[in-house]
Amino acid sequence: MAQKTMIQAITNALDLELGQDENVLIFGEDVGKNGGVFRATEGLQAKHGEDRVFDTPLAESGIGGLSIGLALEGFRPVPEIQFFGFIFETMDSIAGQMSRTRYRMGNTRNMPITIRAPFGGGVHTPEMHSDNFEGMITQIPGIRVVVPSNPYDAKGLLISAIRSNDPVLYLEHMKLYRSFRGEVPDESYTVPLDKAGITKAGTDVTIVTYGAMVREAQKAAENLAKAQIDAEIIDLRTIAPLDMATIITSVKKTGHVVVVQEAQKQAGVGAQVAAEIAERAILSLEAPIGRVAAPDTPFPFGQAEATWLPNATDIENKVKEIINF
Amino acid sequence: MMANKHAAVDFDKLLNSESQEFKTVQILDETGKVVNPEIMPDLSDEELVDLMKQMVWSRVLDQRATALNRQGRLGFYAPTAGQEASQLASNFAMTKDDFLFPGYRDVPQLVQHGLPLSQAFLWSRGHIDGNKYPESLKAMPPQIIIGAQYIQAMGVAVGMKKRHSENAVYVYTGDGGTSQGDFYEGLNFAGAFKAPAIFVVQNNGFAISVPREKQTAAVTLAQKGVAAGIPAIQVDGMDALAVYEVMKEARDYATAGNGPVLIETLTYRYGPHTLSGDDPTRYRTKETDDIWLKRDPLTRMRQFLTDKGLWSQAQEDTLIDQVKADIKQAINEADAAPKQKVTDFLKVTFEDQPQNIQEQLAEYTAKESN
Repeated sequence: MAQKTMIQAITNALDLELGQDENVLIFGEDVGKNGGVFRATEGLQAKHGEDRVFDTPLAESGIGGLSIGLALEGFRPVPEIQFFGFIFETMDSIAGQMSRTRYRMGNTRNMPITIRAPFGGGVHTPEMHSDNFEGMITQIPGIRVVVPSNPYDAKGLLISAIRSNDPVLYLEHMKLYRSFRGEVPDESYTVPLDKAGITKAGTDVTIVTYGAMVREAQKAAENLAKAQIDAEIIDLRTIAPLDMATIITSVKKTGHVVVVQEAQKQAGVGAQVAAEIAERAILSLEAPIGRVAAPDTPFPFGQAEATWLPNATDIENKVKEIINF
Repeated sequence: MMANKHAAVDFDKLLNSESQEFKTVQILDETGKVVNPEIMPDLSDEELVDLMKQMVWSRVLDQRATALNRQGRLGFYAPTAGQEASQLASNFAMTKDDFLFPGYRDVPQLVQHGLPLSQAFLWSRGHIDGNKYPESLKAMPPQIIIGAQYIQAMGVAVGMKKRHSENAVYVYTGDGGTSQGDFYEGLNFAGAFKAPAIFVVQNNGFAISVPREKQTAAVTLAQKGVAAGIPAIQVDGMDALAVYEVMKEARDYATAGNGPVLIETLTYRYGPHTLSGDDPTRYRTKETDDIWLKRDPLTRMRQFLTDKGLWSQAQEDTLIDQVKADIKQAINEADAAPKQKVTDFLKVTFEDQPQNIQEQLAEYTAKESN
């Protein structure tokens, strides 16, 4: 057992999967000799060879098509899209093609593709790098969207994603890469897809969130505890499809819920969670569903991130508003 | 101010040299006479006859499919008449273990590659069984998103190279498809990876209604290979022997580890874009149609084989009757496909069902049992 950052946990998972299955291939822009712009693939080409870990030309749509073709040849592609903000270039491969292939071909083909992409705000990237458009992908049937919030989950979820025979978009929050360490076993293990985690058990209010907002919710929960409010934090982990069973069990227990996302408020994951809760458990609620999200503008310029991004105080205030309704 | 400054760059000259002539490869001229005997394909008499039989089959299929569509017995259909040499002769140069990526008009190649005709009909009708390909069928269903097949074909070719396969990938698009970014990304990646892909552009002059000249300032579509650093060639797409020979040599080149090839076939579709309401008289003239009808791929191959004593009208008539019977049989098989259910789709959206799918499966199972 070792203390690892999230990016170290990700590199470790990739290394283990390359080692245990010769069909696993890692490729993308700068992932080879350079080890990726965030060093997620550091040392992997040297260890596993240029045939397994390789650079591609700079074209995301081509990377999408390459992934699909390699999957058809029996490989298990793990492409990296350098920043999630560049994902639109590969949208047909994701939405039109790989997510549809099992359905389209009547279960005769697998698409075991795991697309990794760094995303999220708070690290002052140049514009158009940090967009939180994960909600757009969650509307696509046939693909899972996975967002880890800590090093342990990052490793276990990535191994599960790579072993899945269906496509997974695996989003790595840039702010979480190196901001803290956690216990990560050295050996291989999995954290299940389609299953939310309970970050903190509580009795008074359910905070449903994912990604970097899990950390903010934890900070909020510490302050709320001082006000005698015992919050339960649900970390979605797989944001599509949703683990509604875990959410509903919690909501029925607490009677209060706040749905938190870093992304803009319109549509998206929080809206889906809120709608599902309203449909399934509205009579268990003692107050309206609270929402914390970013405003509906494009992702902000670097210097404005701190004022734009939702934070622990926003969550704390929203919980108090709901509790005191 | 300097007078008479000598230009550093002569752009007109550059453009002319870039638009270097891509000679069109031809073996059989319009009358069925061999004009380039030195590049005659190495095909036996039996193989030559087989190739002709496939083209006749395709022409009859086109006629019957058009009729069936009008009777409401077939769904989406993109006519193929005129493109038989471009389609079937290129396919004839490939093997069953080569991987085929067809465009939506390339159903004849798919069937010759191993897709049962009844499944092709089910695809046309919009039935999931049409796309259930056995693992042994090295092909994807016809691509709808123009250009997507080019990047996926490149991916399979890269995979084949990693597997040290002796096979190649072949992929089709039309003249309009060459305007897509994915067209270039496919060529460029395949070139960079030296992957065994044969990119075929069937230039039939029109992307639905937009003429080839409006797609690009490039003089030929073949020259688009130059930018990707891959060899490219233009071929008379109405000449089965030329198409076959170029495709065969491209396959030899690619499978020898040299990387991809781009082939532009000059061809024509006699019919509309699809049978879903397209009227070619809105964008084509009878004069143009007539020019291409004179270049018909079946006419010249028929003449060539008849001169060699390998073909007769009686033989062709017998074949046509047989093809019609096969089509009737395939339609009957397609008619026997089960009615599609929502639960069938829910079961194949993921391998392992997540909660939403499990719940909807229960819901639709109940609905469908009523």
